[in-house]
Amino acid sequence: MIKVRIPTPLRPLTKGQGEVEAQANNIASMIETLNNAHPGFKDRLCDESGELRRFVNIYVNEEDIRFLKGKETALNDGDEVSIVPAIAGG
Amino acid sequence: MMAKMKALVCRECGKEYPTKAIHVCEMCFGPLEVKYNYAEVKGIISRKKIEEGPRSMWRYADLLPVEGTNYLGPHAGLTPLVRAKNLGAHLGLDELYIKNDTVNHPTLSFKDRVVAVALTRARELGFETVACASTGNLANSVAAHAAAAGMRCYVFIPGDLEAAKVLGNLIYKPNVVEVEGNYDDVNRLCSEIAGEHGWAFVNINIRPYYAEGSKTLAFETVEQLGWRTPDQVVIPMASGSLLTKIWKGLHEMKAVGLINEVRTKINGAQAEGCSPISTAFKAGRDFFKPVKPKTIAKSLAIGNPADGYYALKATGESKGSMDMVTDDEVVEGIKLLAQTEGIFAETAGGVTIGVLQKLVKNGTIKKGDVTVAYITGNGLKTQEAVIDAVGRPVRIQPSLVAFEKTFKMGKNGGGDS
Repeated sequence: MIKVRIPTPLRPLTKGQGEVEAQANNIASMIETLNNAHPGFKDRLCDESGELRRFVNIYVNEEDIRFLKGKETALNDGDEVSIVPAIAGG
Repeated sequence: MMAKMKALVCRECGKEYPTKAIHVCEMCFGPLEVKYNYAEVKGIISRKKIEEGPRSMWRYADLLPVEGTNYLGPHAGLTPLVRAKNLGAHLGLDELYIKNDTVNHPTLSFKDRVVAVALTRARELGFETVACASTGNLANSVAAHAAAAGMRCYVFIPGDLEAAKVLGNLIYKPNVVEVEGNYDDVNRLCSEIAGEHGWAFVNINIRPYYAEGSKTLAFETVEQLGWRTPDQVVIPMASGSLLTKIWKGLHEMKAVGLINEVRTKINGAQAEGCSPISTAFKAGRDFFKPVKPKTIAKSLAIGNPADGYYALKATGESKGSMDMVTDDEVVEGIKLLAQTEGIFAETAGGVTIGVLQKLVKNGTIKKGDVTVAYITGNGLKTQEAVIDAVGRPVRIQPSLVAFEKTFKMGKNGGGDS
């Protein structure tokens, strides 16, 4: 199982839960799994072509998946995934 | 009268939201931005009203996202626009100006503008606790304003900040949280903390309001130039928000009838060790690749710049340019500004001056262009960057002979006369 931390804008889809569990071997399949459990999830994260929207940041164990393999980034049992909207500078 | 703020609107999909403490579109994750009723503002704003207004950035309150006049940070802004004759002559520019936010009130960086707006709005929205993720200057400003406002405060900073920026938090006694990681790590963590606590995170859930404060740098520049827009501006980029908002500010002035046209070319500056936006611009891309920052310009060290897309767009629309400089050029830029204009900038200012110099050399900025360089922070906060590049004092015994011998002066005072 992997743990997925859900940002505020997506919590209406998870009945308010800030953390959910999923069974998946990479980010793409995680999104599909979450979409099955919480319909509408994928549309929020991905555009019409299925690519991640540009203001969605996803981290696996605190590392930005753009430094890993993007949506193909592998997931292992116990991994923690964060979905975070892009935020401003400081 | 209708309210000047109409709504928050998603910059990506256009969906509208009420003017509350929210920053992300629920549908597409796009950032929310304040939408104004410009027709309404046009009816109440004028050059005369601004000129007779407060001696601070609040003279532009008609274009800032607050409802009342109970300002937190009432003295921010209206910093000098310095005619830089010496630096201009050195670079070969006829009309160069430095917008000098090294002397902004109270914490010596442009962040006092955005924080004044953010905290004023946060209080209007009923918050008691304020917080931020910061590369240093923002934390200093939030901590100072929170102290003055009597609000609870948490500031989150990366673990490798300059000593003066750390001390510049502690003195105001907020909760200072040093995160083991870089700014992008701090940012991600804070975004998650913001989801759990009902605080006003100035650059997260208050961001739509906070970011608007940067527009005052555009407003003031135009007023101080005698209601002219500059031909060229050079702006340092971290998240890209400042550049985007200066561009927005210029266009708002036109929208409400303060100026007739905007011809300004917007130029962005980054340090080579963290230049995702400039790199994308030079490659002709409209998207950027995040990087792991490695530069002395820590206030600009954001590897995942949230407003990078919009900064690229604004620069492109204005037919401006972007460039980057090495850390050595940053230090040289700081020294050049200090030694020609008597202004001691932090590392971000060295980036701006370095890039200005490059853009003049390669012909992007021309001799006759009215040019404004934005210097956004004070050099006393980043002394580590220049300490090995400025020499040492001359040490002498307390005697006239020792002095005369050291400087080998003649009877009439020597060298200077």
